[in-house]
Amino acid sequence: MISIQNLTKVYDGASGGTHALRDVSLEIPDGDIFGIIGISGAGKSTLVRCVNLLEQPTSGHIVVDGTDVTTLSGAELRAFRYRTAMIFQGFGLLAQKTALENVCFPLATGIGRLPEGARDKGLELLGRVGLADKADSYPAQLSGGQKQRVAIARALACDPTTILCDEATSALDPASTEQVLDLLAKINQETGVTMLVITHSMDVVRRICKHVAVLVGGEVVERGATQEIFQNPQHKVTKALLGKGDWNA
Amino acid sequence: MLSGWGDFVAEYSGLLTTGMLDTLAMLFVSTGIAYVFGTVLGVVLYLTSPIGLKPHRVFNGILGWIINMARSIPFIILLVALMPTTRALVHTTTGVVGVTPPLVASATPFVARMIEQSLAEVPRDTLESVVSFGASMPRIVLGALLPEALPSIVRGISITLISVLGYTAIAGAVGAGGLGDIAIRYGYYRYEDEVMVVTVVLLVVLVQIIQTVCDLIAKRIDHR
Ligand SMILES: Nc1ncnc2c1ncn2[C@@H]1O[C@H](COP(=O)(O)OP(=O)(O)O)[C@@H](O)[C@H]1O
Ligand SMILES: [Mg+2]
Repeated sequence: MISIQNLTKVYDGASGGTHALRDVSLEIPDGDIFGIIGISGAGKSTLVRCVNLLEQPTSGHIVVDGTDVTTLSGAELRAFRYRTAMIFQGFGLLAQKTALENVCFPLATGIGRLPEGARDKGLELLGRVGLADKADSYPAQLSGGQKQRVAIARALACDPTTILCDEATSALDPASTEQVLDLLAKINQETGVTMLVITHSMDVVRRICKHVAVLVGGEVVERGATQEIFQNPQHKVTKALLGKGDWNA
Repeated sequence: MLSGWGDFVAEYSGLLTTGMLDTLAMLFVSTGIAYVFGTVLGVVLYLTSPIGLKPHRVFNGILGWIINMARSIPFIILLVALMPTTRALVHTTTGVVGVTPPLVASATPFVARMIEQSLAEVPRDTLESVVSFGASMPRIVLGALLPEALPSIVRGISITLISVLGYTAIAGAVGAGGLGDIAIRYGYYRYEDEVMVVTVVLLVVLVQIIQTVCDLIAKRIDHR
């Protein structure tokens, strides 16, 4: 379980600080697909990036399976990150490496040697995302949807317990979006991996999330099972995101 | 006319060949050594910069300042100022060997900035993805950062080689040998214009070859 406790993040800036997150608390059960929705600037990326400590929280705690990860550093932090995969809006693939090399990259040792069987595992994962024939292609030769599927295969290479998705489908066309969402749902079902899905699209939430929290101005204003939120939205932003209200109401 | 050309070749081909070999030796040895030191410095500069993975304002500021200082010293002055150090290091201050330390000292800060620049071109997303699955710092630098920046680094190598080639000509003026030395000795002191012209043509051709080869390699290894 991921337990986010009183998380606050302030970015230092020239004109004082930006309060990106204010006292956010969330519980994400094991095996869940948990959506975090909000408009641009709501603090979604900041929240997800605090979970694997790409951003250092200003205050608060993130407890994963009983360990407060905000105190981790060095090898312990790296081991935690290894188990916590991340998928980016911009894919984050290495442009000078083939699809297979990208997938195998996390498996390599400190000096870059691939352990026994890593190549086979990489090929198997590429097969799982439907890209067995693209093993030797470079990212530039792949479509957006294919790149994101390579990124998903790479995320799976470390047998993660959690996958963090930051707007994973926002750069994709509707058909690729569908394909990637189906793939994520299937992976969740087959492996029981916990997923934290950041999005600005209610459609994404409706399609794959079991639970959802609505973030407004760095605060959680509403949370619950997806079905409940869709049937009975309370906050005006939730209603507006669902197209049931007016943004200015 | 033709026999004149034949005479010219007979008289000067040995001189020009030696000059070319000296120039190439100075150029590639000093640039090679400068890339060893400069790459390390460039990586440290990049990592400690505000956009790097280990931002450190004070350290980065001091290192940047030292590098700018070294870059602002004119080569001929650096060459003279380093003479005691050069003598201690390689037991001579003339010839190809004697001019290598000042060439390295002059090219290293230049290389450091080129490398820093190339690394800064690697997209943030790419770098963060590597960090996000728990890669160690050596792995990030050697496995991802430098390989991703390699085509840009290779393009930088041609710029470095061509500017070091300019320095080798200056070094020629203080007796380092090479094509620059020949151009000055024959063209400037002895008024033998043909030798000077041929030397300059050779330098022009060399620059074109360096540029073309580096561009070709950069294109070959770039998969973007
Ligand atoms: N590195 C940063 N430095 C300063 N401010 C930032 C930084 N990253 C995000 N912010 C600010 O924090 C707020 C939340 O940003 P973000 O988490 O990216 O929102 P979202 O992903 O929901 O669009 C915004 O006001 C944004 O400008
Ligand atoms: Mg965002």
